Amino acid sequence: MSLLHFAIISPLILAIFIPMLHKYFHKIHTGWFLLPLPALLFFYFMSYFPETAHGESVTETLPWIPSLGIDFAARIDGLGLLFALLITGIGALVVLYSIFYLSKEKEKLNQFYVYLLLFMGAMLGVVLSDNLIVLYSFWELTSFSSFLLIGYWNHRERSRYGAQKSMLITVFGGLSMLGGILLLYLMTGTFSISEIIGMAGEITGHQFFIPALICFLLGAFTKSAQFPFHIWLPDAMEAPTPVSAYLHSATMVKAGIYLVARLTPVFAVSGLWVWLVAGIGILTLFWGSFSAVKHNDLKGILAYSTISQLGMIMSMLGVGGIALHYGNVEDGFYTVAITAAVFHLINHATFKGSLFMVVGIVDHETGTRDIRKLGGLMTLMPITFTLAAIGTFSMAGLPPFNGFLSKEMFFTGMLRAKEIGLFNFETLGILFPIVAWIASVFTFLYSMILVFKTFTGKYQPEKLEKKPHEAPVGMLIPPVILVSLVVIIGLFPNIIETLIESVMGAILPSLLAEGHEFHVHISHWHGFDSPELWMTAGVIIAGILLYRNLPRWSGIYNRMPERFSLNRFYDTGLEKTQLGAMRFTGLYMNGFIRTYLVYIFTFMIFILGTTMVYKNAFKLDTSNVANIHYFEVVLAAIIAISSITILFSKSRLTSIILLGAVGYTVSLFFVIFRAPDLALTQLVIETVSVALFLLCFYHLPKLGKNEERMGFKLGNLLVSIGVGAIVTLIALSAHSNKEFNSISEYYVENTYKKAGGENMVNVILVDFRGFDTLFEITVLGIAALGIFAMIKLRMTRGKEQG
Amino acid sequence: MKTNDLILQTVSKVILFLIVLFSLYMFFAGHYHPGGGFVGGLMTSGAIVLMLLAYDIKTVTTILPVDYKKMIAVGLLFAAGTAAGGLLFGVPFLTHAFTYVDLPLLGKTSLHTAVLFDTGVYLVVIGVTMTIIQTIGESE
Repeated sequence: MSLLHFAIISPLILAIFIPMLHKYFHKIHTGWFLLPLPALLFFYFMSYFPETAHGESVTETLPWIPSLGIDFAARIDGLGLLFALLITGIGALVVLYSIFYLSKEKEKLNQFYVYLLLFMGAMLGVVLSDNLIVLYSFWELTSFSSFLLIGYWNHRERSRYGAQKSMLITVFGGLSMLGGILLLYLMTGTFSISEIIGMAGEITGHQFFIPALICFLLGAFTKSAQFPFHIWLPDAMEAPTPVSAYLHSATMVKAGIYLVARLTPVFAVSGLWVWLVAGIGILTLFWGSFSAVKHNDLKGILAYSTISQLGMIMSMLGVGGIALHYGNVEDGFYTVAITAAVFHLINHATFKGSLFMVVGIVDHETGTRDIRKLGGLMTLMPITFTLAAIGTFSMAGLPPFNGFLSKEMFFTGMLRAKEIGLFNFETLGILFPIVAWIASVFTFLYSMILVFKTFTGKYQPEKLEKKPHEAPVGMLIPPVILVSLVVIIGLFPNIIETLIESVMGAILPSLLAEGHEFHVHISHWHGFDSPELWMTAGVIIAGILLYRNLPRWSGIYNRMPERFSLNRFYDTGLEKTQLGAMRFTGLYMNGFIRTYLVYIFTFMIFILGTTMVYKNAFKLDTSNVANIHYFEVVLAAIIAISSITILFSKSRLTSIILLGAVGYTVSLFFVIFRAPDLALTQLVIETVSVALFLLCFYHLPKLGKNEERMGFKLGNLLVSIGVGAIVTLIALSAHSNKEFNSISEYYVENTYKKAGGENMVNVILVDFRGFDTLFEITVLGIAALGIFAMIKLRMTRGKEQG
Repeated sequence: MKTNDLILQTVSKVILFLIVLFSLYMFFAGHYHPGGGFVGGLMTSGAIVLMLLAYDIKTVTTILPVDYKKMIAVGLLFAAGTAAGGLLFGVPFLTHAFTYVDLPLLGKTSLHTAVLFDTGVYLVVIGVTMTIIQTIGESE
């Protein structure tokens, strides 16, 4: 286990200690204990930068399940490092912010920070694993921690709804991704991402290639909230604002983008991939920005804005994938879209993170996020206003902020899409710059709404719950840092060019010859004849016109029929599924254990019987049997007599005693067959279970009339005869069919040699098959807790009713 | 209904310790002779059940104020912890280690991590049996 592995799981380890820290140091806000970890990790990951900057990668492998090709391979390259820095950097800022956002008296801080650390570790695992199965495990863990964080205020109905929605949609995608992983494994025979990328060209013609591609995209699209799966993200805004800033804007929703970027070398040779990623991306970009305008909730606007920006990055990755067909042309003609995607990914994390924090401040200080109630806060909260203005202007793509640079580069990438001579791009490609431009107008529009409706206009103190004032310093530091980055990157983009180059090297490794690198150059000014400049100017003019006339045209949002909305579709779908499942279950679950036993036994007879017939396995071989002694006959007779008597006994007590007799006799059989361990266990078990029966005996009703009916009895008779017959036949056949040598020889030989024991049964239990025992006792424990819960819960409910 | 169970009570007072001792013996002897954590645990719970039969739940819980649910958890920690312990030494999950030492009085004795694992099994079995019996017994 290397330091890198330790760094990845260190948040999970710290999570174990959070409840204790919270309990014993409750005077100190629990967040302070967390803060050093992401900060330290940030600097630790920074130390890898000199290596990844030159296109190198570091891999540390820890064997996990070598026989299945699964090992915990941690690999850090340009792409992984960028995400690791985002996760830890933004993570540190969010933790600092949350210390001031969440009150230590009112909130369940221990739970909050455990979930947050769980997420941090899981997310690091996603972006730094080289093994797809490990990546998948961490991927699902991010979904779970996101579920827990959205539902953090679980007394609110909307929180629970949002948590469930995000869980259902992202886990659906995750499972689909697991399917994709398995298909890739079938094609390549490995789970290692770097090895799969190594054989990228060989699998394109395989019949599983397209299904695997679609499975992976479903995973990426659901996670990154792409149309039509975006509906979970607005509802996820029920989470506390630090969580929205962290998970649902800066990191977790970008996992899908990470996946697409990571697998671009494998899949982007296919036209379907390019069209799906670029097409869905640009559709999401438009739909997100268009829908953002109609919202009155600040976080709602930001949610749709995030959806749209994610779509934008996705579309750039799609278009940039084309570069695989053309190679690395000198001025990066085709790779510019990838450059723009990486650049915008960084920019989005800075401005959107700060905007979420600003909205959190407004919410915290005024008690509302509704723009109809807000207004005129500029003079009351000047610092917050400045932060919001810079963040939104960057988002709208205005100079001199970093959003402007990536937006121009985005236009460049989209304009070049129509010049690609592949996959019908020469005809349909023209749609990309047009949709991109329209979406940018709406982006500009909602950005203006966000800042001006909140901070300018009429101040309405009567509609606010609290008297607004500037936020505490601790809440301002994180957004100030992010906004400074917005400005610094905007003015001096060359400081992150090396970072972008290293990420591109990881996304498009096949385009680099040995020792070569990408050269990224970001410029502010493209000249008067560049179309990008005029597109930006057009966006600003059209945006201002639309903003001025907002009340005149915003009616179109009401024209859209509610009945056909995706949310409605999701809700009714869920409701119908539950109803259908309940009806179906109601058909066969009647609440009587004896009915269920009949189902189980009938199924057992059926499945075992058909297998035996199908495999032609019935066989009777008497050549290798021991002689029958008279006491064996006696014991068998006792068992037979007692079992038959049980059938006719009138009282439960008699039945229990007779059943005990059967059990004890069986243990005598074990003695005869020289199995002292079994005999001992059977004896004690019989004793304990008779005692247990006697206890339960109190609670059971008298043997009822119901059991006396002829049909009922006949059915049971048939089932029991069937079970007895099939078990006997299988036992006889098992004895007669000796297809291979029994494993017992191995145990006889190795019990002392390898395990240092002499009692084979026990050595098998604790050593050779220790896994079985471990899980058996786990199941036993769960069963006991289940019985405890059922009985205790029933008792308390009875009290409430009584 | 008041039953006269004087004989049962007196006998069980003596027998109880024998059963518990015997179960402990079986637990420790398990690696070389019939026995082990599972049987040992069951037998110890059998002893407690005997007490329950001779007296009543209230008396037994005063004598043995044990939360059996916690016992399950401790047992599982023992088992999983022993299994995971191997990872610290760079060997796969659930690899056992053993050695022989000469102890005063006992002579040549085997020390085996399997005993720790078995302790987990022992505790879980007692915990499970007693949780079930106590829960059902209490739900009058």
